[in-house]
Amino acid sequence: MTEETIKPLSEPVYNHAHGRLLLPGTRYWPTDMWKSPWSLPTYRRGAAVLAGLITGGAAAAWFVGEIGPRLAPLYAAAEAFALSHDIPAFWISVVWTFIKGAILLLAPLVNALFAVWWERKISAHIQSRLGPMYVGWWHGALQTLADGIKLFLKEDIIPDCADKLVHTLAPIVVVIPAIIVFAPVPFGSGLVFADIDIGTVYVFAVGGVSVMGIIMAGWSSGNKFSLLGGLRSAAQLVSYELPRTFAVLPVIMLAGTLNIAEIASSQAGYWGGFVPRWFIFYPVVGQVAFIVFLIASVAETNRVPFDIPEAESELVAGFNTEYSGMKFALFFLSEFAYVLLSCLLMASFFFGGGAAPLPFLDFLPSWAWFLSKTLLLMFCFLWFRWTFPRFRVDRLMDFNWKFLLPVSLLNIAAGGLLIWLIS
Amino acid sequence: MTNHAPPAGLRSDQMFINFGPQHPSTHGVLRIALTVEGEVVVKGDPDIGYLHRGMEKLFEARTYSQGLMLTDRFDYISAMHNNLGYCLAVERLAGIQAPLRAQYLRVLVAELNRIASHLVFFGTFAVDMGAFTPFLYAFREREMIMDLFEELCGGRLLYTYMRFGGVSADLPAGWAGKCTEFLNFFEPRLKEYDTLLSGNPIFKSRTEGVGVISAERAVSWGLSGPILRASGVNYDVRKNDPYCVYDKLDFKAVVLQNGSCWDRYYCRMLEMGESLKISRQCLAALASAELTPGEIVAKGVPKMFKAAPGQAYAHVEASRGDLGFYAVSDGGMNPFRMHVRGPSFINVAILQEMLGGCKIADVVAILGSLDIVLGEVDR
Repeated sequence: MTEETIKPLSEPVYNHAHGRLLLPGTRYWPTDMWKSPWSLPTYRRGAAVLAGLITGGAAAAWFVGEIGPRLAPLYAAAEAFALSHDIPAFWISVVWTFIKGAILLLAPLVNALFAVWWERKISAHIQSRLGPMYVGWWHGALQTLADGIKLFLKEDIIPDCADKLVHTLAPIVVVIPAIIVFAPVPFGSGLVFADIDIGTVYVFAVGGVSVMGIIMAGWSSGNKFSLLGGLRSAAQLVSYELPRTFAVLPVIMLAGTLNIAEIASSQAGYWGGFVPRWFIFYPVVGQVAFIVFLIASVAETNRVPFDIPEAESELVAGFNTEYSGMKFALFFLSEFAYVLLSCLLMASFFFGGGAAPLPFLDFLPSWAWFLSKTLLLMFCFLWFRWTFPRFRVDRLMDFNWKFLLPVSLLNIAAGGLLIWLIS
Repeated sequence: MTNHAPPAGLRSDQMFINFGPQHPSTHGVLRIALTVEGEVVVKGDPDIGYLHRGMEKLFEARTYSQGLMLTDRFDYISAMHNNLGYCLAVERLAGIQAPLRAQYLRVLVAELNRIASHLVFFGTFAVDMGAFTPFLYAFREREMIMDLFEELCGGRLLYTYMRFGGVSADLPAGWAGKCTEFLNFFEPRLKEYDTLLSGNPIFKSRTEGVGVISAERAVSWGLSGPILRASGVNYDVRKNDPYCVYDKLDFKAVVLQNGSCWDRYYCRMLEMGESLKISRQCLAALASAELTPGEIVAKGVPKMFKAAPGQAYAHVEASRGDLGFYAVSDGGMNPFRMHVRGPSFINVAILQEMLGGCKIADVVAILGSLDIVLGEVDR
């Protein structure tokens, strides 16, 4: 890089109002020293950029339109092509499955790239910081990529007293379920990788396997903090599976199916022409089910306020204390994959999947609504993370067994009552 | 662990954990030898001395004014109090009287430093409880106090601002206005902290009823400072043995009753409010006509002096409790003996009695609520 291409930093100037050296135009962060945030040009510009991004995204989504219905003609065309060239149709289905598998594999990766950056920006703005600003062209957009490359290049350390086989196996056991669990989850109408009828059961069953990997990681590291973290996560994740599953039961009863895509599509339509028939708007039952599911999901993904398996102030880093480099990155990847999964599930179960919130907004395709609902829910996850303190491990168990579980069980009964009242 | 047999004498269902000296929440280099059964602590022994620098001995090889910089390094989070206590002891030994303006200045910086120190406690205690955001809020506010001190005496952490018979510098032009601006900014922040953390149900469930110290136990362990007052004992050096101008100022010693982690936390939060009040009064007094312009240091105190043979004791209410300096002179240039009563050192001792039977997460809560600074524990 030649010297001319380097943009010179302007000299810091002593700012008498704040009694410190500040770069010209730098914002001084304590927020109520501003007369009004809208008086700042940076704030107005930021709001304009955000509005532009949302409008542009919506326009792009409108331009692209529905993707799901176009896939069947595409597959038929491929089959016709195979017939005319004497290729067995079997190979077409194999290639089709492989392409879908590759996209499925990409979903958690892209999600992690985005979500880590987003979490860092959100946490920074909650804490009156700026967060990553340099890597990438815009607001540190490529920061996660740089971090990923760093993690790839780092030395992979296996402690001397670790059980090497299990230590190596653990991240794999964690991350594989985290990827294949997305198979029956819809990303929009018709955008399902495996449209199976027991989708809900499959998601909870496969998602539960990752606990094994975390216990393996905790046990094999040869570190007492890791062991405690592994034991904690075993207790926590197994316990919170129960209310999480029970919370969905009223939804399944109302929808009459276990297929996630069908649950989402069964919520289409509006009461009185403007209230969407989403399960969260079913009186009491829907709200209770959603709250229980949200809390249990946060616990399932090991995030604050339920991050006791990796409580950094107690257990250093919990089960992943002894992991470095790519293995650590795999744990990280699976954590964010489960966050995405929980948000997609909540969007399908409670927020009508790809249905527009108001009738006149249905010019946008279903995948755009799915995505925006998922992102909004994911924002809640990140918001909790940077606002709440952490539970104590026994209080966590009390909260689950003495509060969430009875509430979710009662909610099933209430759901039955609601169905009887409706019918 | 997977490849090694447990050490002889340790029951295999119990686990021995070295909690520190390198651990995110030991606030320095404290080591706690924990024996745990699952999540429950059977026994916890605090082990100190990783930061020992032999400060009390070092005093004997230095003149009185050279010893001043050593005091900064005890409780480096609130160095002004250390300066103040040492100066008061030496002044009492040598018979020096500081002028009134200097005394107001001393109280002002001491109270600002108390706010800064309690902010560090607030931030680190929140991090111990798993909430990261309050930490950055606290450090944002503390940064402004650091800036004020930097402008006043050049130091941001280790000040050496006090002198025998006064202080090293008067307020720079415009400083009082900036300080008022900070105080106005900070007052609503205290309410914000309450909504963010103090009233949070998760935070309360972590701290209320945890690590309870009764008033009798607190007194018999010789605790002092917010820890003692949170147990319901009304003892504050600023009230019980007033130094400088504290007897002329209107403030109250915060006393809470239950002695749990939450009370110790909230006692400090309320104390910040009291410090705010004292700072405002000091600023008003410093701006008053009879003190401007006034002497900031007593006349005729040489840089090196010999104190008459004798002894003197002075104590101040530092951020962490009753900080005492006991100076003995044999008539030479250096103190013959300088003993320091460090509140952190005495407060940390009760840890060995409190840890048995609590959860691992409570160890962090209790240790955090005691708010020790290892620089002062080890000296």
